[in-house]
Amino acid sequence: MSQDSAPLKQTALNAIHRAQGAKMVDFGGWDMPVQYSGLVEEHHAVRRAVGLFDVSHMGEIDIRGPQALHLVEHISSNWAQKLNIGQIHYSGLLYETGGFVDDILVHKVADDHFFICINAGNQEKDFAHILAHNTFDATVELSSERYTQIAIQGPRALETLQKLTKTRLAEIKYYWFVDGEVTGTPARIARTGYTGEDGFEIYFAPSESARIWRALMVAGEEFGVKPAGLGARNTLRLEAKMALYGHEIDASISPLEADLAWMVKFDKPDFVGRAALASQQDQLTRRLVGFEMTGRGIGRDGYEVQIGGAKAGWVTSGSPSPTLSAAGTPKNIGLCYLPVQNAAVGTEFEILVRNQPVSAVVVPTPFYKRSKG
Amino acid sequence: MYPQNYSYTKEHEWVSVAGDIGTIGITHHAQKELGDIVYVDLPKPGAAITAHATFGSVESVKAVSDIYSPVSGEVLEVNSLLATKPEKLNEDPHGEAWLVRVKLASPNELKGLMTAADYQQYIGE
Repeated sequence: MSQDSAPLKQTALNAIHRAQGAKMVDFGGWDMPVQYSGLVEEHHAVRRAVGLFDVSHMGEIDIRGPQALHLVEHISSNWAQKLNIGQIHYSGLLYETGGFVDDILVHKVADDHFFICINAGNQEKDFAHILAHNTFDATVELSSERYTQIAIQGPRALETLQKLTKTRLAEIKYYWFVDGEVTGTPARIARTGYTGEDGFEIYFAPSESARIWRALMVAGEEFGVKPAGLGARNTLRLEAKMALYGHEIDASISPLEADLAWMVKFDKPDFVGRAALASQQDQLTRRLVGFEMTGRGIGRDGYEVQIGGAKAGWVTSGSPSPTLSAAGTPKNIGLCYLPVQNAAVGTEFEILVRNQPVSAVVVPTPFYKRSKG
Repeated sequence: MYPQNYSYTKEHEWVSVAGDIGTIGITHHAQKELGDIVYVDLPKPGAAITAHATFGSVESVKAVSDIYSPVSGEVLEVNSLLATKPEKLNEDPHGEAWLVRVKLASPNELKGLMTAADYQQYIGE
């Protein structure tokens, strides 16, 4: 991942991460915390109480203008016209081939304003892609530098954040947002996340980053809040079976293959990638499935998947599951691509773990689903 | 933290010698960098291992890392504790969670290793 000579980009919270003892890594050209106290401990803090993530490396694009909706409908596979003001949906930014440019969160701010959250490493590419398709009366702004983004995640996330805002958080539904304030600083408060837990993602001016991060640490102290790194973020999202660009999805993978058909709305007006997906619909050859290791080993990203000794697919993500292992029996889970005829739950197959075939079985997903109170 | 009578490698292993028997492990720094360890793969007794060559691996939640041997020799004993309690490697890497005991083939190899002071300087602690 390291890019020759180009210095790593830093978020406004970089010095705080270092002061909190974080181990830093190069993540898509960003100097980011991979863990603080320990991955498993941070993972459990999010499942059981509350964790804070600096996700300011994520990018933002603002689309405005009389035909903002037309542009969003054209470049995005989900149906933006169905969004209410203040509502959010997950969608695909696709190539004509049906493969992913990126996976995105589309926020409807106003009839003529959409706010799109995109992946860190894809910002320039996404921006260029959208610009290239902008034949509408709309402006496209890459506005990432105007935002710090912090994710507050876990069953105590609401109580933690509520101490710092007058915005009534309980009234924000899942996948909705409010433009409110946090400690008096204007903030976009979205009830979204990448952990499988309840929680919020807040967007605000970078100048206020350190103050708000510290305030959140204090507000969450009574619940046992922990800063959490990219390591825990990865195991949390994997248990919830949320896709990670560059792993489950990329330019060569379509939403239909990635088990994300629900984000493709064939009934809406034409969009980039629609024709390719329509023809792929009835002849899918491979599909993303969840697996659990039945042999001793962990099937990791890039490992070959075999059926009857022949190559049949590849692992996109794999890890011990901290949540499923908490009862005492270690469980190793993952996601992989398999031929559609071998993708049924219960199918047994092998993963080459350092050249040794190790048994695995297709299991239902998500691996973890929170109980809604 | 780092026992004075152990010798250390740049790849973060240690060896402690008594007579012609060497006990090999990974350092506290290594376990901290690896994070939560879930598997330890080691050779069987009787296997020959070579200085600077990989002889096993340690797998954490995050990744797999090779272990390099500080010395050459024949494996006499493997720490069976690690098969069932790999997390011990995070808790006591310089003691209870040693990896293997070997019969040293060339005790001279020890001269090429770092002292505890050198190692601590090397890792910046």
